[in-house]
Amino acid sequence: MADRITIQVARYRPEEEGVQTLQEYEVPCPKDWVVLDGLNYIKDRLDGSLSFRWSCRMGVCGSCGMNVNGEPKLTCETFLSEYAGGPVRIEPLRNFPVIRDLVVEIGDFMRKLVRVKPWIVRDHEKPVSEGEYLQTPDQLDEFKQFSMCINCMLCYSACPIYGLEPAFIGPAAIALAQRYNLDSRDEGSHERMDVLSEHDGIWGCTFVGECTQVCPKHVDPAGAIQRYKLTAALEGLKSFVLPRSAR
Amino acid sequence: MSGRAAYTEYHPRWLRRRPSTYWWLERRAYLSFITRELSSIFIAWFVVYLLLFVRAVSLGHARYLEFVVWSRHPVVMVLNVVTLFFVVYHAVTWFNLAPKAMVVHVRGKRLPASLISASNYGAWVVATAFLLWLVLGG
Repeated sequence: MADRITIQVARYRPEEEGVQTLQEYEVPCPKDWVVLDGLNYIKDRLDGSLSFRWSCRMGVCGSCGMNVNGEPKLTCETFLSEYAGGPVRIEPLRNFPVIRDLVVEIGDFMRKLVRVKPWIVRDHEKPVSEGEYLQTPDQLDEFKQFSMCINCMLCYSACPIYGLEPAFIGPAAIALAQRYNLDSRDEGSHERMDVLSEHDGIWGCTFVGECTQVCPKHVDPAGAIQRYKLTAALEGLKSFVLPRSAR
Repeated sequence: MSGRAAYTEYHPRWLRRRPSTYWWLERRAYLSFITRELSSIFIAWFVVYLLLFVRAVSLGHARYLEFVVWSRHPVVMVLNVVTLFFVVYHAVTWFNLAPKAMVVHVRGKRLPASLISASNYGAWVVATAFLLWLVLGG
């Protein structure tokens, strides 16, 4: 295996140039180095002006998502040795505006996330003296998969619908809405339905499925969306057929 | 998408990248998706053809025979063969989607996705076999 590899990094420096350019760096390629190690080597030893986000280095914080050879990846989980021989091309996540180099602007996602109320909503909070809201293992299993989302936004980068129709609320926000809708302690599903059932909600999804393919936590956002489509369709049917008191 | 930002030293201009015209060629899943979208026109034709067929049957034997003769025209046959291909493609997509959309519990336990998928394919085979029996030998 070659002991060095060429990394091509997409650079965007708004104070110097208005376009994106590719800059090449040669870095060591030991078998235990991930792409993020290569970027940190560049930052520390070769070019301190390179900008990128990272934090935990263990696939938990979701901040180091980038496009690696065109595929949305967490760079802390992607080994450089997978691209031995190189070059490996690192670009900012697709479908987001770029602030600088590999740093994207995530305000749009954060605003959409808040709209689906990704927290437990209760109609009536019981007093603390009555104890916890208990949950069985089976009830936990209902939503656990969707709770693994780390907001890394790789799914948004892979979703062509979000790229073409930026108003689409997107895979992670819907998966996280489902995480709370399916939680036995939650009573806010009717509030989320107003957001999820609108034109730019679940119906924007046409089941490309790439969000599920790129998800590093196996959340299956495409599954969450299809499942919610069925729920919304049944609720729509109920509101059409049943009297108000029976819904 | 977020609003336009004014450039300052601490709030730089964002680079907004538009998807390439040929984005749908970049990944197999994108190509499958766009093929599905475009082929919807054949699904629409399938529905129209079915309605024409039902209408011909309802108008009597002579109109039905006219419809059969028209259906044997090479252009109609080629169109229907292509349509059949896309109908099967859409059906397979639907059967792959079904276990994601349907979560079925039996005695408190969630049925595995493979079982839901298999039951869909099984129902498809049974329905097809019944129709073949009806048309060819019934």
